Amino acid sequence: MDFFKLFEASLPALLAGLVLTLKIISVGIIVAVIIGLVLGIINVGHNKILKLIAKLYIDLVRGTPLLVQVFFIYFGLPSVLNFKLDAMLAGIIAIGINASAYISEIIRAGIKSIDSGQMEAARSLGLPYGVSMRKVILPQAFKRMIPPLVNQFIISLKDTSILSSIGVIELTSSGQIIIASSFKAFQVWIMVGILYFMVIEILTLLSSRLERWVS
Amino acid sequence: MIEVQNLKKSYGIHEVLKDIDLHVKKNEVVCIIGPSGSGKSTLLRCLNGLESATAGSISIEKVELTNKKANINKIRENIGMVFQSFNLFPNLSVLKNITLAPMYIKKLKNGEAEHLALNLLGQVGLREKANVNPDTLSGGQKQRVAIARALAMQPNIMLFDEPTSALDPEMVGEVLNVMKKLAKEGMTMVVVTHEMGFAREVSDRVLFMEDGRIIEEGSPEQIFEKPTQKRTQSFLEKVL
Ligand SMILES: Nc1ncnc2c1ncn2[C@@H]1O[C@H](COP(=O)(O)OP(=O)(O)O)[C@@H](O)[C@H]1O
Ligand SMILES: [Mg+2]
Repeated sequence: MDFFKLFEASLPALLAGLVLTLKIISVGIIVAVIIGLVLGIINVGHNKILKLIAKLYIDLVRGTPLLVQVFFIYFGLPSVLNFKLDAMLAGIIAIGINASAYISEIIRAGIKSIDSGQMEAARSLGLPYGVSMRKVILPQAFKRMIPPLVNQFIISLKDTSILSSIGVIELTSSGQIIIASSFKAFQVWIMVGILYFMVIEILTLLSSRLERWVS
Repeated sequence: MIEVQNLKKSYGIHEVLKDIDLHVKKNEVVCIIGPSGSGKSTLLRCLNGLESATAGSISIEKVELTNKKANINKIRENIGMVFQSFNLFPNLSVLKNITLAPMYIKKLKNGEAEHLALNLLGQVGLREKANVNPDTLSGGQKQRVAIARALAMQPNIMLFDEPTSALDPEMVGEVLNVMKKLAKEGMTMVVVTHEMGFAREVSDRVLFMEDGRIIEEGSPEQIFEKPTQKRTQSFLEKVL
């Protein structure tokens, strides 16, 4: 019974944390998809300078830990550029930038997986590159990108727990706060785990729906 | 219509086209035959800029395609291309495959474009397939849709790269018939093909290519009845 009392008492705080987690991940993933799309398209294109810049960005992001990126954005940049950054905003930027590198690779691979004859047929009709990409290549590539994109979404969702380290009161951080006053680490971490798990299960379910719907 | 002079194309050190000269007049049907790997596809793809020439010049209706400033999209509008592997867009219906380019490039309204597309589908005998997904069509039907799609931009020139090579034998005829009709209507055509019967019947001129060169060219009678080059003779012996 003790557990259910604790559960009842903790739930509002945990749910508030979950809502913040969901806010961060939804904005973060939109940022990530936009940057990722631009980088992915640069990577299948022919502009050498842009490609080099994209490669540098992707390698840097993939080659450093997320926690270091979070600290760099939240503490590092503001300290030399003399500005204040809201912790939640810093978190969104960090998660967005981090996921964008992986998403750009997913998008690049998705585009590359479409037979080159598709682009050739579109171009041979006189359609410009951009229109061919938008109307012919990307719609086909998108179908194949859904599973790895959802996978990245789930990874980034779990990554938001790292933001507890800069004081964002997201789900993990809410758990820590409750434990600090209740001393019930075992029970609280189970609750936190279940909440993450439920959200991810729902996402997985939605994604298989989406996959079936587009095919 | 098509003027090719001293065209060369290399991939790295591999020279695939060696000094090609080709002139195609309005309303002419030219068939290109030759063994696989001889550069037929590469030549055709150079004609609409899918491959860039390493040296030499290509002009389409007096516009130099090999000029860096040439508006390649503009030139391509005027050259339809049909591929061996159809390359229909599986994300679009048959109708949308055909209307895509005219709507984007010529700014046709939806209704006008559909009218045009249905007309073309009628000409290739597939009007009733307008709203299906291309994946549900047979190979012969796909290729006929691909021809209709290429015609939708009302090009003056049509290029065909082995349009029947990926088809089951019983479907070759339906595609060749559409092409014959086009030829009769006066379309300027360059056709890479292994269908010797078609080449003999329809073409005004036959080119034999081997090893990146045009070895011999002439009327179909001349090439098929009395080829002068040894290599043409031995190729024809193998395929006929
Ligand atoms: N993109 C490419 N990169 C390198 N080599 C190529 C490429 N495309 C064609 N080739 C080579 O060029 C030669 C001619 O090819 P192709 O024009 O397709 O011949 P054909 O159509 O007569 O069979 C072949 O040896 C082929 O391997
Ligand atoms: Mg070929």
